[in-house]
Amino acid sequence: MKAKVYVNLKPGVLDPQGKAIQHSVELLGFNGISHIRQGKYFEIGLDSALGEAAAHESVSRLAREVLSNPIIEDFSVEIEA
Amino acid sequence: MKFGVIVFPGSNCDHDAYHVISKHVGQPVDFIWHRDTNLSSYDAVIIPGGFSYGDYLRAGALARFSPVMSSVKKFAQRGRFVLGICNGFQILCEAGLLPGALLRNRDLHFICEHIFVLVETADTPFTHELQRGSVLRLPIAHAEGNYICDEDTFAELKREDRIIISYCDKDGGVTNTANPNGSRDNIAGICNRDRNVLGLMPHPERACEDLLGSSDGRGIFRSLAATLASVA
Repeated sequence: MKAKVYVNLKPGVLDPQGKAIQHSVELLGFNGISHIRQGKYFEIGLDSALGEAAAHESVSRLAREVLSNPIIEDFSVEIEA
Repeated sequence: MKFGVIVFPGSNCDHDAYHVISKHVGQPVDFIWHRDTNLSSYDAVIIPGGFSYGDYLRAGALARFSPVMSSVKKFAQRGRFVLGICNGFQILCEAGLLPGALLRNRDLHFICEHIFVLVETADTPFTHELQRGSVLRLPIAHAEGNYICDEDTFAELKREDRIIISYCDKDGGVTNTANPNGSRDNIAGICNRDRNVLGLMPHPERACEDLLGSSDGRGIFRSLAATLASVA
């Protein structure tokens, strides 16, 4: 079993890296991009015996307490069998 | 009175802090390895600048889980004094000892230069020997110094006089052009509600000798030493 955790800056929190990437991408000629926000992605291997519900709860806690800073970031968790 | 300087893997201003305490404050000081947990012999600890744990995940995020940090929390709760400088400020925010967070600088650069800060309050154990409204010239060296907090926290910091220093121009003007990193309201340093935990982005410990370009940082250590002398 595997967990995927996405951590993103909250809406409204300045993301100068995302802006710099967007600027470069536009220089390359990509059109129609309204915005780019940079985030983080974590893959976490899990013991299948854990069960999906317990895995979701445990990884959510991990994401809340370690992987993200709740003052500036949101996260989402996906569990894959 | 006894000082401790906490050392994480990646701390790099620990020796500067140690030097200032032993040479300029003239008091005993120890390095405290981050795995040590006994702070009982100390009156004040300094969490120094650097790149603890390589700034992996977020600046200060992993240092917060070092064994010494739960002792630092208790130390602060007992009213002892904690000074976090640069990475130390980031660690104190991540650990929840100070509110808010430090984001990547507005212009993405790592900024290493001398800047000016306005002393916003002398009503702390760390600044009582300074003059409110005076201007200090201090070095900064950081990539994540853009202080952010929510509206309620900001209102509370203002109401409780907890913004200690703000980025300013040489005449003390707190302007957007004097803001090096995009920090909210030019905030460069704040304290907790009990005023015994202080976080600063600038480095007063690197500004205690004229030879290094400024000795304006001495007032902060002098204030803290006088506080300790009066409570000891």
